[in-house]
Amino acid sequence: MMQFLIKGVFRDRHRWLLPIIVALAAVSILVFTFSFLEGYKLSFERQTSRFVSGHLKVVSRAYAEMLDMRPYDLALLDIEAELAEWQKRYPQLSWAQRINFGALIDIPDSRGDTRVQGEVIGFAIDLFQDDTEIRRMQLTEALQSGRLPQKSGEILITNIAFEKLELELGDTVTLLGSTVFGAMTMQNFQVSGTIEFGTKSLDQGAVVADIQDIRQMMDMPGGAGEILAFFANNEFQPKEAARISKDFNARYSDPEDEFSPQMLSMLEQGNIGYLMQVFGLGMLWMSLGFIFVLGIVLWNSGLISGIRRYGEFGLRLAIGESKRQVYFSLLVEALFTGVVGSLLGVLLGTAVSLYFNRYGMDMSLYNQSGNVLTENMLYAKLNPITLLWSFIPGVLSTLVGAALAGAAIFKRQTSQLFKELET
Amino acid sequence: MKMRYLMLALLLSIGSLPGQSISAEEILNKVDANMISKSGKSTTRMVVHSRRASRTIESINYSLGDSKFYSEYTSPPRDKGTKMLKLDSDLWIFDPNTDRTIQISGNMLKQSVMGSDLSYEDFMEEGSLTEDYSAKIIESITHEGRACWVMELTALRDDVSYQKRRIYIDKERFVSLYEEWFAKSGKLLKTVSASEVKRISGRWYPTKILFKDELKQGQGTEYYIDSIEFDITIPPHTFSKAMLKK
Repeated sequence: MMQFLIKGVFRDRHRWLLPIIVALAAVSILVFTFSFLEGYKLSFERQTSRFVSGHLKVVSRAYAEMLDMRPYDLALLDIEAELAEWQKRYPQLSWAQRINFGALIDIPDSRGDTRVQGEVIGFAIDLFQDDTEIRRMQLTEALQSGRLPQKSGEILITNIAFEKLELELGDTVTLLGSTVFGAMTMQNFQVSGTIEFGTKSLDQGAVVADIQDIRQMMDMPGGAGEILAFFANNEFQPKEAARISKDFNARYSDPEDEFSPQMLSMLEQGNIGYLMQVFGLGMLWMSLGFIFVLGIVLWNSGLISGIRRYGEFGLRLAIGESKRQVYFSLLVEALFTGVVGSLLGVLLGTAVSLYFNRYGMDMSLYNQSGNVLTENMLYAKLNPITLLWSFIPGVLSTLVGAALAGAAIFKRQTSQLFKELET
Repeated sequence: MKMRYLMLALLLSIGSLPGQSISAEEILNKVDANMISKSGKSTTRMVVHSRRASRTIESINYSLGDSKFYSEYTSPPRDKGTKMLKLDSDLWIFDPNTDRTIQISGNMLKQSVMGSDLSYEDFMEEGSLTEDYSAKIIESITHEGRACWVMELTALRDDVSYQKRRIYIDKERFVSLYEEWFAKSGKLLKTVSASEVKRISGRWYPTKILFKDELKQGQGTEYYIDSIEFDITIPPHTFSKAMLKK
């Protein structure tokens, strides 16, 4: 019976061509879109963890209350002994001390008076102990001119700020900020190079300095605003992160002491968890949307095909087939064309996605106008779930289309079908 | 003899009885007369309470009229040598560690001075209340055991930092004992409480003041005037930019 139906489908080009093309096109688009979204999500995850959140982050409880404001005056101070203990207890994590700060950058004229001022955000990272942080922040790739800082007192500045402030490499600039106690503080730095991260929010005006210099400037010996922790394979593991943060907080965090440490998983920081959830839900909604839209397209093509096949249906009813059997055979045909079209779509989508997985897509133009932290080159990411999420809507939409179109069979009177057969 | 002194004292006290046909402007003039001098030199301590710790910052300050002000921080060691100069509407800070003189302007004026509850803008305020505000007397109350007028001050210009103030003026000493400073929207921004007032060189002058930024958590900033001299001769070069780097 199946073979008979399948042969029937493939001997009539009108029955398979359009449904298969539609399913193929839709599924390949879905595969590519999902793999692109997955790549985008991973890029966001990587970039956000590098610059903002780590996979886990340790801050003081007071700091955690105002996490988005990054109040470094509530930083953890003299934290090195504790950090050594945490490193022993959680060897699967790699740690990075950071101070994120806002400052005014003041450029002197030849007499030492203010020539121009601007606002910058600052990243204080460990630049000299080893190159882990340099690699993590991708500073070598971000370097546009000059060189990376090689000694204390040197900073990198973003290209836009560099040009706006009419600086030259090697110029001395003064950063004005507040100490951890709120007093105004100033420190001179020499510009060793310019950088561009490729993200508008960072590139508008940012400086990167060594954490020891900023500790001295901010009067926070052995302190860090945030201590980021990364999984060794550099991939975020939500369940493991949740387990570690729970264990850490039970051991080291004291609700009575606002300056005791508190660990936060990446998903617990600001709206990162929400955004990640949106990415996941986005895939579900896109699948449902595709089923709906394709269902309508295939419903229409099924209706056209059904009208063309009224004669055939009339004949089949005349020789004793029930309406239910005719309807069922239509669904089987649709299932078959749906499976074939979706498989082809998966193959095509996979091929396109693999291309972008290998060569990536240049998003630098988009990033220049956006504030979401993603890399300039986005690489599509394929995984089995992506393929399944694309394949199922392809088959379902073909079935839904056929089911809707085939419902017309039940509305037709047998006599009417006979009449149409005669004509 | 004793009787004559008693009568004199009684007469003097009757002369300064509260509410006896004195206008709001006259009150402000008397307050200004206490607070503003041709020149002055003071040593002050500022105790700044933050969530993390309390710090004491000491300074020596010089003023000429109400538009020239020079201050040098003497303690703690980290801030020693930091100098501040105000000339009319300009404000400069000299930092000895960087050997830089920076002009404070724009948004920076709203920043806290040494982490205190005072902003640079507060330092920029000209001293005379009568020049900046129109005033009316609201009521008479007793504040901290002292008879006071409650006055409402409304800024005469838009560039005055606090568009409204409610102040409690000691009826006898013509010193402000408590102030509330408001934004144009009516939001309370700061409160100022004088808890110690001393008679110095014929003036009543507050020597212990608590400034509280109502937008910040914390206990406020205590400001102590340890010594103050009025109408002294100060070399003119004290109020010059060159002095900052000396």
